[in-house]
Amino acid sequence: MRKPKTINGFSLRFIPFAEIEALSSGDRIKKILDVALENRIVILQGRLKAEEESRLIEDTMVMIGRVKGFKGIELSVLQPNSNNLSIVSKLKHNLANALVSSHDALTIIGPASIVREIRKDPKKVEIFMKR
Amino acid sequence: MVIKIMRDFAKRIFSSIFKRRSNISIGFYGPPNAGKTSLANRICKDWTGEEIGTVSKIPHETRNVQFKEKVEISYKGKKITFKLVDTPGIATKIDYEDFLKYGMGKKESQQRAKEATQGVIESIQWLDDMNAVIVVLDSTQNPYSQVNITIIGNLVARKIPVLVVANKIDMKKADIKRVESAFPEYDVVGISAKYGKNMDEFYESLFKLARKA
Repeated sequence: MRKPKTINGFSLRFIPFAEIEALSSGDRIKKILDVALENRIVILQGRLKAEEESRLIEDTMVMIGRVKGFKGIELSVLQPNSNNLSIVSKLKHNLANALVSSHDALTIIGPASIVREIRKDPKKVEIFMKR
Repeated sequence: MVIKIMRDFAKRIFSSIFKRRSNISIGFYGPPNAGKTSLANRICKDWTGEEIGTVSKIPHETRNVQFKEKVEISYKGKKITFKLVDTPGIATKIDYEDFLKYGMGKKESQQRAKEATQGVIESIQWLDDMNAVIVVLDSTQNPYSQVNITIIGNLVARKIPVLVVANKIDMKKADIKRVESAFPEYDVVGISAKYGKNMDEFYESLFKLARKA
């Protein structure tokens, strides 16, 4: 019987939104990248702002050039589908998000050296690891 | 006096319309190998006879922002002058070893990777200079990638009008409906930049986009 291929293991780090809420955009990104540089997968409660996401990509590119062996990140934001909600629920949902940021989302950030791909589909999310 | 005020008012309106419709900066954004340069080349060749950049099967062929100014496009009797800005593909990871698979040497691959990371930064920094953006996606690939969502999210945050182009519709695996369902709030036009397929619909959408810019 063929032996299934296994991976050596990986480490996850959960960051509750409260831990980054008071930080500046630069510090939020630094905190996330510091964890990724330790070869850990970050599970962040909530999501970054659009500008922060693009800055995360910019800073990741800078780190690829500076840190030996760092090849970048895999990034994915999982958010409940609000398309099926009623107009009132949608308004409540948007208002809550505007007031306290998007807490019902989850952001996964994995170092590219261990996460090969995060494949998102409307109905499922698959994380493919490097062997 | 009244005539003078009205004449000045008409002049202002006319000049503002004229200003809005000339030299609109249109950026081509998207992930690597989606066909941004192929599309920019197709448009430039159609209207100026010259290309904007080289294309390749190897990802990150475009590693610097390249542009063509004063590209005058006519559609149904209307003319608009554009500045076309072709940008390097945006990615969250770049591994020089991926380039080795294409037969490149180690040093050349490392150099390409280095230039590609700088290209991604440059692309993002140019976002603020755009009046409108064409997000070029490969219609044979999964459109739900976070890079695509991040690019569009940034354009929305900056209030930059967006047109989504589902490229490579000539390929068997192409799925425009999937791109449409991933981005239901945007105009999606399916084309083949390589073979010039459906360019009429593209130009119609480009003129609609220019009106929002």
